[in-house]
Amino acid sequence: MSHWTRDEMMTVAAARMLWDRCVCFVGIGLPSAACNLARLTHAPDIVLIYESGTIGTRPGVLPLSIGDGELAQTAACVVPLPEVFSHYLQAGRVDVGFLGAAQIDRYANLNSTVIGPYDAPTTRLPGAGGAPEIAAHARQTFVVMKATPRSCVAQLDFRTSAGFLGGGDERERSAARGAGPRAVITDFGILTPHEMSRELQLTALFPGATVAQAKAAVGWPLISAASIEVLAEPTPNELQTLRDLHSRTHTAHSRPIELPV
Amino acid sequence: MPLLSMHDAMAQFVRDGMSVALEGFTHLIPYAAGHELIRQGRRDLHLIRMTPDLLYDQLIGMGCARKLTFSWGGNPGVGSLHRLRDAVEHGWPVPLELDEHTHAGMAVAYCAGASHLPFGMLRGYIGTDLVSANPRIRCVECPYTGEQLTTVPALNPDVTILHAQRADRAGNVAINGIVGAQREAGLAAAVLLVTVEEIVDQLPPAMNSIVLPHWVVTAVVHCPGGAYPAYAQGCYERDNAFYQAWDGIARDRTTFSAWMERHVLATADHRAFLAGLKVDT
Repeated sequence: MSHWTRDEMMTVAAARMLWDRCVCFVGIGLPSAACNLARLTHAPDIVLIYESGTIGTRPGVLPLSIGDGELAQTAACVVPLPEVFSHYLQAGRVDVGFLGAAQIDRYANLNSTVIGPYDAPTTRLPGAGGAPEIAAHARQTFVVMKATPRSCVAQLDFRTSAGFLGGGDERERSAARGAGPRAVITDFGILTPHEMSRELQLTALFPGATVAQAKAAVGWPLISAASIEVLAEPTPNELQTLRDLHSRTHTAHSRPIELPV
Repeated sequence: MPLLSMHDAMAQFVRDGMSVALEGFTHLIPYAAGHELIRQGRRDLHLIRMTPDLLYDQLIGMGCARKLTFSWGGNPGVGSLHRLRDAVEHGWPVPLELDEHTHAGMAVAYCAGASHLPFGMLRGYIGTDLVSANPRIRCVECPYTGEQLTTVPALNPDVTILHAQRADRAGNVAINGIVGAQREAGLAAAVLLVTVEEIVDQLPPAMNSIVLPHWVVTAVVHCPGGAYPAYAQGCYERDNAFYQAWDGIARDRTTFSAWMERHVLATADHRAFLAGLKVDT
């Protein structure tokens, strides 16, 4: 097996955090790859929910959008969208929510709305989607994002989704019912919240990554945990399964569609 | 329930300045209807849709909209909606007012609209700056427990437009596959227009698929392929390659305008639009 990329290691690290039979609210992109990798390796009975209302879906290729036909065709059931958010997510029936963002701060609050002021943004981002309620109501969340000083910032331009708010017990005192971010999976390693201050600290590194690289990638003074784990590199099975999944997906997404009529 | 041509349905029911929801969550997006609104030169529309998608990128870029109510404005799995961004960041071609929500918030707003209640309620928007950005997101105290719950005003579009697989001759409409918030958006509207892949004598047994009964449907338009480049489950697939190609088309104002001129403004109807794309490939 050839060497792995940072993207592949992120996906594998995220997949390993999921367990069999867990109920997972999936977003498009790397989270979707990670959840399906888990399903195809160690967690065959994971329940994947996409916000389009497809529950228990087992796609053969990764969807490009959150509502590709593949998701409906392979789902255990398809429910109206209001029901996914009210009866499942808000009602506390989701174990894990996966989130990404353009910016994260040291308490794992996320921005996916704007860079610059809200009323006159320099960059208008897609916005909230399902994220604020996933962040509030999933029993726990995992955040997946590449770390740079522009994405890991001391001060968010806009807080779209709540992590630990101002730190300490501020989240517990809020109306958020889920426990909040359990880990932030970056392209050098994993950050996890300190159990008292809730500030993110470096607790694991990818093989070959260094503490110095991690600190340089984060725009606030990053604290290191007392002991830092070095994650096992992807196994041949993980890598092969992931690459096959991406290859099938690429073929499917570039296949010309027969135009209707 | 009249069966109308696309031209007549849009001309008769959608006027400048109206609030219009073209719904369909990734699936069954009423592209043909949106293109007809562009051809007819509608202006000052208040567009409502959870995920604006390429269709609202096109309507916004063509100057049809003054306001957008939405909850996630990207090209799914690809990146930005460049025309939406250009309107918000630079006011091109006209400034766009935003009424921004979360998916869960818009879902309860449609449910409230369908029920003719004044607001929707949820445990939502917790710890988000959206609450200060949008003063219409408020809260109410539960009269039983005292808990503070978030509220959003009901959405009641002047017109909702949906696309569906089929309708019968009485105007009953059946939808299979991902149903999004179509039913709620449809029942929330004063006028509900539905474009369909086919008109049948008898709908298949409904089971759990959604049927909008004939008396809530204002008019039906027969328009095969009407959701392309989105999809209609069982009829044709989502053209993911087109969604990826749109990023390059829409990134630049000139390229975008030329594409819209050639494929939408210069084509008489959706059949001609699809035929034009076939020539390209």
